[in-house]
Amino acid sequence: MTTKTMTEVKTNKLTLVQAVTDGMRTMMKEHDDILVLGEDVGQNGGVFRATEGLVHEFGEDRVIDTPLAEAGIVGTSIGLAINGFRPIAEMQFLGFVYPAYEQIMTHASRIRSRTMSKFSVPMVIRAPYGGGIRAPEIHSDSVEALFTHMPGIKVVVPSNPYDAKGLLIAAIEDPDPVLFMEPMRSYRAFKADVPESKYTVEIGKAATLTEGEDVTVIAWGNMVSVAQKAVEQMSGDGVSCELLDLRTLYPLDRETIVESVKKTGRVVIIHEAPETGGAGNDVMALINDEAFLYLRAPMTKVAGFDAPFPFFALEEEYLPTPARVKHAIKEAVTF
Amino acid sequence: MENKFPIRQVMDGEGNLTDSSYHLTEELIKEMYKKMLRARTLDKKSVNLQRQGRIGTYAPFEGQEAAQVGSASALGEGDWMFPTYRDHAATLTFGHSVSTIMLYWKGRVEGCVPPDGKNIFPPAVPIATQLPHATGAALAEKRKGTDRVAIAYFGDGATSEGDFHEGLNFASVFKAPVVFFNQNNGYAISVPIEKQMNSKTIAQKGLAYDMDSVRVDGNDVFAVYFETQKAIEKARRGEGPTLIEAVTWRYGAHTTADDPTKYRDQELSLEKRNQIDPLLRLERYMEKQGMWDAAWMEQVLKQCDEEIEKAVWEMENYPEPDVNDIFDHVFKEPVWPLERQKEAYLSQKRGETV
Ligand SMILES: Cc1ncc(C[n+]2csc(CCOP(=O)(O)OP(=O)(O)O)c2C)c(N)n1
Repeated sequence: MTTKTMTEVKTNKLTLVQAVTDGMRTMMKEHDDILVLGEDVGQNGGVFRATEGLVHEFGEDRVIDTPLAEAGIVGTSIGLAINGFRPIAEMQFLGFVYPAYEQIMTHASRIRSRTMSKFSVPMVIRAPYGGGIRAPEIHSDSVEALFTHMPGIKVVVPSNPYDAKGLLIAAIEDPDPVLFMEPMRSYRAFKADVPESKYTVEIGKAATLTEGEDVTVIAWGNMVSVAQKAVEQMSGDGVSCELLDLRTLYPLDRETIVESVKKTGRVVIIHEAPETGGAGNDVMALINDEAFLYLRAPMTKVAGFDAPFPFFALEEEYLPTPARVKHAIKEAVTF
Repeated sequence: MENKFPIRQVMDGEGNLTDSSYHLTEELIKEMYKKMLRARTLDKKSVNLQRQGRIGTYAPFEGQEAAQVGSASALGEGDWMFPTYRDHAATLTFGHSVSTIMLYWKGRVEGCVPPDGKNIFPPAVPIATQLPHATGAALAEKRKGTDRVAIAYFGDGATSEGDFHEGLNFASVFKAPVVFFNQNNGYAISVPIEKQMNSKTIAQKGLAYDMDSVRVDGNDVFAVYFETQKAIEKARRGEGPTLIEAVTWRYGAHTTADDPTKYRDQELSLEKRNQIDPLLRLERYMEKQGMWDAAWMEQVLKQCDEEIEKAVWEMENYPEPDVNDIFDHVFKEPVWPLERQKEAYLSQKRGETV
């Protein structure tokens, strides 16, 4: 999965959601100031079991079942964070973050700038997101662009178990607020080796999953697996794709993206969120600014439509598929 | 606070009348029983369909039939209903068809659409967002000069959200003809009410808004029916909103996706089933009144089964979902970005390009 190989490191085979739990546990063992807050995170271990067992290990003072109120969860976490704690707030689904949006938008993200760094908000907001698991309406929203547009908050999206633990630990250690988006469809899709001890994956660094010459394919979260399938099939057709997993949507990894585009001259970006105003546009703008003269074809996106995420009977029509990605890659290389 | 808001009851768990000031006709009794049995049959069938993979995740309501059927029975033709994902006994009673409800859980948007002339809003999935809507719809009726009312359904957990408080406050300030109908079923997913709030009752939350509030035995269909009727009549007279807390219990899981044994005492659920079940107590009452008739009951059950089997057939033979529906209902008039996305996608699907 990841390019890194670990020698002589004790690892466990974990799913992405287990790696998230492992990341929290690893950090909570070391630091008493880390708290977990959210709906059903205690006894129930979270609706996706991401906090499974933590309440038994760390007690109800540190793993806190809150009332059902997202603005309350985030607002209270802000208060805890400015006063010596490091809260990890769980949104049950990203689609239910909207009541908390004001707290994130107007406070979490700008307390540092409002107080000239006198106060800061070292908190993580974890939120499962994305479609493809036949969830009821609204549960599948992927609205990362609302947050990349918000100055003062970092946006991180792992696509595999190794990155999930390493990025989450980096997010917890980050002195500023981080939105940590967990792709639901990838939660239990596969297992990978995850080191037992503490390690970090740097925020702001993309991963080059496959190297290639003809086209740069850029994805994050669950769309990485869709892109991977397309890229493999294209290589059978003799098209060599370079696949980037962005891992962080704000700030973007300028260097990795630009270097890759300079090499391939072609770009296909994949995200499941609606196309207009999507995070893909910022990737395009960056490339336009930094590598325009290297482009050999118009950059394209394979994205969700400008429509509410449909009820699950139609969700597979909405989500980008390997076929749609292949189509875009072919267009790019035959331009 | 519990003393300030005593739980109103007409009939206890044994089927004895505890308040004889209400006039219960045989017709009303049988009507309520039929509606509750119909709802329970639908609920059980839906849980089974989910287990067989014939519908998606489902939110069961078994145990809450009296709260939903009793309250919905008090509404009039043109009134408004704002349900949640769990209020199918209410929407069924107020006019949804069984197959519409099943389509919803089959992941079909058609499951949100009420029959013509029925003001049933789609189920609220985000918690508590429907309360301000109910206030607004009620206010609209008031401004139009009708005597129609709105009812909003919500759980105990919902009362923690800001939208609950904003909805109640607006209703109180503007004297909106709305009934806020809470089903206090003890839990919000895994969180018991004692952890959800420090308040002893939900009803007392109305005090902050100077709103009439009552607590009612949510498993007593008659108490629910008469109390809701009172609140609705008051609203129709222009005397403003009411908060009703129906104290009830749900036996099963939050949804078919979770495991209630992790957080809910199953022994207690079983005990409650034997002691306070809304259908059982009505059966006991009817038996004591000499109204119980096994043949009648068999016939009612048969009707319910037939209706539901027919609805399952309809659901499973419903036309395939149409991909155009993703695009065609976003705006009244098409907008170019979506039009372009639609054309590109459909032509790709037809294999016209590349
Ligand atoms: C804003 C929001 N946050 C979280 C959820 C996830 N969720 C769905 S149901 C539920 C519990 C609701 O409890 P309650 O209001 O008591 O109603 P009940 O389900 O018990 O009928 C939660 C947390 C949601 N749907 N909406």
